[in-house]
Amino acid sequence: MGEVALEPIETTIEIGDMPILIRTDSPEFFHVLVHRYGGFVNAAAKPLFEFNVEIVPPGKITDEEEVRLSFAEGRWVLERSDFHAEWSAALGSGTIRQAASPYAIDSAMRILHSLLLARQGGLLVHAASAVRNGRAFLFAGVSGAGKTTMVRLAPPDVTLLTDEISYLRKTANGYTAFGTPFAGELARAGANVSAPLAALYLLAKGGENMVEPVSETDAVRGVLESVLFFAKDPELVGKVFESACELVRQVPVQRLTFVPDAQVWEMIG
Amino acid sequence: MSPLYIARSKSVAARMVGGEMMIMSARDSTLFDLNDTASAIWRAADGATPLHEIVKRVLCAEFDVAPEAALQDTEEFVKELAGHGILLVSEEPISREAK
Repeated sequence: MGEVALEPIETTIEIGDMPILIRTDSPEFFHVLVHRYGGFVNAAAKPLFEFNVEIVPPGKITDEEEVRLSFAEGRWVLERSDFHAEWSAALGSGTIRQAASPYAIDSAMRILHSLLLARQGGLLVHAASAVRNGRAFLFAGVSGAGKTTMVRLAPPDVTLLTDEISYLRKTANGYTAFGTPFAGELARAGANVSAPLAALYLLAKGGENMVEPVSETDAVRGVLESVLFFAKDPELVGKVFESACELVRQVPVQRLTFVPDAQVWEMIG
Repeated sequence: MSPLYIARSKSVAARMVGGEMMIMSARDSTLFDLNDTASAIWRAADGATPLHEIVKRVLCAEFDVAPEAALQDTEEFVKELAGHGILLVSEEPISREAK
């Protein structure tokens, strides 16, 4: 009996108004996708980008332990030990070779979004974010700074956008923060909603809850330290730098020191 | 000793932020904020003017510093920026194409 050819299965995952179609032959991986990106699946959206995902048995796919991103002859190549991805920004399509796990596709999605957003003046920021009273607030910091803690302390009227990777898109009037499925310690996707960004806080743990001003240069430095960006391309690095400066110009950036206790949220929103 | 020439690299992003010049290297994403004297050197780095002339014309004239000490400090600063790909340093004038 001959092999049965599987029909490709596809769906579109829309994060930050950026629909990306994922196509695979693997029903197992399709279930992984739908489970992982549930609230962000929008099969009706017209995709801006397409990925064909080739599923291979678990194991080492490349020799790169850390994420390695390169660009040559119009194609981006992204590699880590558990996946190999290639795409053409001009064609809006690419391929990923990986096992049927959510981790590899998640990394590829984060980096693809960071590159696409960079060209549009947006940023992916290593930050928690949440919506309160129709306005979004970002809490940026390195691992251990308290991003997930801030989210855990949030009162019921706060909508979680993410506890790990915040998505900022430039608009005519400022910046909009979008929910993302990119979760940190909380292991819970954010809500698929967006709101205008009202403030960005650089997180620090301390002896009391306190909001302090920071200089413009410290704000730019703080934002850039938290921006998720891997490319060494001078044009894109320049755009990310300009975006960070623009963000600081348009959105209040302050240092938020917290104990931590739930009262910190009395200062937010 | 041959004169040094310095030129601003194209592989950087630079912007005035809060009255200070901030520069980011595309090579390693290092971020510098330059004080007034460093900004003056950065702006004067045209690839054609010898470094000692820049020090004399820009630093000594504008900031009232002694030429020898200023040149020594400036060379160290220039080498640090060159190490991050922010400035190009050469013993020959640097053409526009090379930047």
